[in-house]
Amino acid sequence: MANVTIRNLNKNYENGFHAVKDVNLEIRDKEFMVLVGPSGCGKTTTLRMVAGLEEITSGEILIGSDVVNDLPPMDRNIAMVFQNYALYPHKSVYQNMAFGLQMRKYPKDEIEKRVREAADILGIGPLLERKPRQLSGGQRQRVAVGRAIVRHPEVFLFDEPLSNLDAQLRVQMRVELKRLHERLETTAIYVTHDQVEAMTLGDRVVVMKDGWVQQVGEPLELYGKPANKFVAGFIGSPAMNFVDVMISDAGGALWADAAGLRLKVPPHMVERVRAHAGERVTLGVRPEALHLANGSDQPDYSFATAVDVVEPLGNEILVNFRAGGAPMVARVDPAVRVKARQGIRVALDPERVHFFDEKSGAAI
Amino acid sequence: MAAPAERGRVSRLTRLLESENLLAATLLTPGVVILVLFIAYPFVMALWFSLTSIRVGDPGEFVGLANFTKAWNDTIFQTAFKNTVFYTFWATIFKLALGMWLALLLNRSFRFKRIIRASMLLPFIIPTVLSAFAWRWMFDPTFSVMNWVLFHSGLITDRLPFLSDGDWAMWCAVLVNTWRGMPFFAITLLAGLQTISPDLHEAAALDGANAWHRFWHVTWPLLIPVTLVVVVFSVIQTFSDFQLIYVLTGGGPANSTHLIATYAYQIGVASGLLGEGAALSLFMFPVLFAVVWVQLRFMKRMEGA
Repeated sequence: MANVTIRNLNKNYENGFHAVKDVNLEIRDKEFMVLVGPSGCGKTTTLRMVAGLEEITSGEILIGSDVVNDLPPMDRNIAMVFQNYALYPHKSVYQNMAFGLQMRKYPKDEIEKRVREAADILGIGPLLERKPRQLSGGQRQRVAVGRAIVRHPEVFLFDEPLSNLDAQLRVQMRVELKRLHERLETTAIYVTHDQVEAMTLGDRVVVMKDGWVQQVGEPLELYGKPANKFVAGFIGSPAMNFVDVMISDAGGALWADAAGLRLKVPPHMVERVRAHAGERVTLGVRPEALHLANGSDQPDYSFATAVDVVEPLGNEILVNFRAGGAPMVARVDPAVRVKARQGIRVALDPERVHFFDEKSGAAI
Repeated sequence: MAAPAERGRVSRLTRLLESENLLAATLLTPGVVILVLFIAYPFVMALWFSLTSIRVGDPGEFVGLANFTKAWNDTIFQTAFKNTVFYTFWATIFKLALGMWLALLLNRSFRFKRIIRASMLLPFIIPTVLSAFAWRWMFDPTFSVMNWVLFHSGLITDRLPFLSDGDWAMWCAVLVNTWRGMPFFAITLLAGLQTISPDLHEAAALDGANAWHRFWHVTWPLLIPVTLVVVVFSVIQTFSDFQLIYVLTGGGPANSTHLIATYAYQIGVASGLLGEGAALSLFMFPVLFAVVWVQLRFMKRMEGA
């Protein structure tokens, strides 16, 4: 039983860099929580403060109901998987996994039992006598995970554990980690800069930027209801399209205008957007909320443009074009055939349009 | 019309350099010449001298192993040999222990890190002869600053016989050698320490290892190869040391602090008995050879593991 509570956490480095700013998080027992954000956003620093590897400038971290601020890493009952695995190069796989238990003075047969058990779960039984340098990247990764799970910790910490693997292996290990978590049912905090990893692994995801928490939520919540422009642009690939528009009130309806673009503000948004009438706001629409217009699309939600570049991916086609002075991408059905420079009409799904305050970036 | 001839010559030179064998020979020659002239030739000459009764102004004659047996039975040589082993053993132990400690300290993050790290090397870069003179002055029977300080702080009532007692003098030599050689250990070990990823220490800390365990289970095993190299290097240097003893004690008092090198010099050069001096100095060879051989064996095993 271990939930992790982070209260008003701050980290100031000696050089004046304020890496983590007033972070508040409640990570529930058995939850898989992912911290995601671009490099320098404070996610790793936050994780390292939970681990006890980094001093806390101010705020509190609780594991279970105990404040652990002043506990050394070894007394926090946590285990961590490092980005570069941090396996002891002179120790065998078995010794690597056993070391933490030996340091805690477990009896020999208990150590043996736990190491074998972990090795079985991870499928590295035949490698126990090898040295880390005789292993492939994926195998090392498994040993690093094995070293964490033999300890039966209350909380697992993962610091970008998959970023040193090649793309194919990364996808495979991602699935294995998810399966492992479902099996072990241990609270996990996972740091990554890869939004796909964050979305696929996390029960909930924390998006961070410049030391601030931008949004905390379940993956689909972040995707569907981003709290601000940053989260909207960070989650999803290809990224959400943004166009700066002017909101105007005409003929009893609200309109979003940009050069060569005039879209009606969808009815469900009108109430919120009205306050911004006469102001510039940012309109956001995901590539998958765009399609090539056909007869059934209302002209109020479509616009004319010309194809710039076509990226056929097989299962979908990405059509690049410009609209309202901004580059945009539409993710369209692979059956559609369009060519560069061809004139097209693009329609958007009015249910899936977002508006963001131009200055603060907050969702309207 | 010099141009075509010039071109012909250039292309011939180019063609000659194209030949790998010739190029290899050209590039190797200077190195080989230096090795032969300044290392192989003197070594072979020393071997030959050691088997003859050559002395300054007298080519002498072949005497077989007589010089070696004479040296073996020479009590001063026996003392010098024991001194050399003693000096090498203790100086290396101290240099390693203190150098390691210093390296661990220097590996931390602190203010003026670079300057302090660089200045650690000072004792190592000052010419040994100069620093040994300075030390001799500090150990001087009359003017010793250490005696003065100890006496005036009331810690001693009689002057300490730094260089006037054989045992004291030997320990003084070990002290000075340690002072001089420690920075080399420290800097080399520091370089070794910096190749160890801090993640390993963090992983060990999370694994429940305290500072001592982290040193013993992580740092030390990873430093062994570097340590081995600097220890062997230092053993060779210390075992064949000459300058420090020559300046500090000159082998005295009463020949009690001679090392093999200083004694060989005294017999071979100062007394002009070139043959006997050569035989004495060759006693260093098997010991140093054994040290290098053990090191090479060990390195091979480490690589194989």
